[in-house]
Amino acid sequence: MTEYYRNEDLDRFGEIGKYHPDLFRKFMDWYNSALEPGLLSKREKVLIGLAVAHVIQCPYCIDSYSRSCLEEGMCLEHITEALHVASAVRGGASLIHGIQAHNTVQKLSL
Amino acid sequence: MTFKERILSIQGQPLRAKGVDIIQVNIGSKCNMACRHCHVTAGPDRKQEMDRETMETVLDVLKDNTISCLDITGGAPELNPHFRYLVGKARDSGLHVIVRTNLTIFFEEGMEDLPEFYSNNAVEIIASLPYYTESEVDRVRGKGAFEKSTRALKKLNNLGYGCGSFDKRLNLVYNPAGIFLAPSQGALEDDYKRELRKRFGITFDRLYTFANMPIGRFREYLILSTNLQRYMDKLEDAFNLLTLEGLMCRRLISIGWNGVLCDCDFNQILGLTLDADCPQSVKNFDYLRLSERLITVGEHCYGCTAGQGST
Repeated sequence: MTEYYRNEDLDRFGEIGKYHPDLFRKFMDWYNSALEPGLLSKREKVLIGLAVAHVIQCPYCIDSYSRSCLEEGMCLEHITEALHVASAVRGGASLIHGIQAHNTVQKLSL
Repeated sequence: MTFKERILSIQGQPLRAKGVDIIQVNIGSKCNMACRHCHVTAGPDRKQEMDRETMETVLDVLKDNTISCLDITGGAPELNPHFRYLVGKARDSGLHVIVRTNLTIFFEEGMEDLPEFYSNNAVEIIASLPYYTESEVDRVRGKGAFEKSTRALKKLNNLGYGCGSFDKRLNLVYNPAGIFLAPSQGALEDDYKRELRKRFGITFDRLYTFANMPIGRFREYLILSTNLQRYMDKLEDAFNLLTLEGLMCRRLISIGWNGVLCDCDFNQILGLTLDADCPQSVKNFDYLRLSERLITVGEHCYGCTAGQGST
């Protein structure tokens, strides 16, 4: 399984469009439009992408958005700071479910 | 598609100069540093340097052709023993003088008064500072480079540089610290200004963002890391038609340490001479012929046309 994710596979993404090309084209149009600068800057969108890439742990997205961060003038300090936000939100999401555990325990307890 | 083919397909004719407004001289490849991205492959062991006789010829050319701007580069140009002579003579002639400095040279023996020398001669400074954090800069330029650079910038600020004054212009240069393209100049300039002021109280005028040229030490790195083709593809994919008008080679002549004429510093390093119809040495400088010359291009030229351009 060490070869399960290969760098060169990212460049083959277009092959997904071989089947249902209309759906793939719609996806790509949507994806590219979503990343265009709007009310949010390109840099803000790239940082969101980086954070999501780590939360969903997609190797292709991590590679791609790490590079994009560099191309937006950011460095490891920015990247690491963003990852702490992503990880903190993810950790908080686990921790807040402690309330559900507390509720269950209260229901089951005398 | 080769760069030459790309230009032909766009404008139907090869790239031509549109004048000679600036003379850039590379007065030697000796440097106190050995940066990993250096296109000159400069370093302490390099020996070539421009002699005084060639400098005199350059000064005559500037005077005879009413070219008002002299841009001095290296290596560390300050290490040429005739550097101060060249600057002084050029300023006496009323020329605008730009020096490309690495900043750390200010702390080498015998160079301590360089900031005052620059200030007294109203030299415009273009200084390398590949990023505004220590880890990024030291990784590319060597340990301690960032600390020296910030100290040098503070000295220049104390002399009035980088505060908006026309005769004390201080501009910084960003290079990507790896195999990626430079970000937007405006956004990164805001970051540099904010962070350098906040962290060190440093101010400067403009930031220039340049792509790394696939030549010299950076090319060696690309080859060793098996990224040369990927990087070349990236530069080609990022080709921007709008950069063609402002390419430096269209308004500048580059002169090597031995007086050889080239279209730019990059061509000079690669040994690419001017078009065969042009004079090849500063001794035979011919303004009219050089002003409309055909420009010698190669695949590295994609480095100057990628994204927002690099000149």
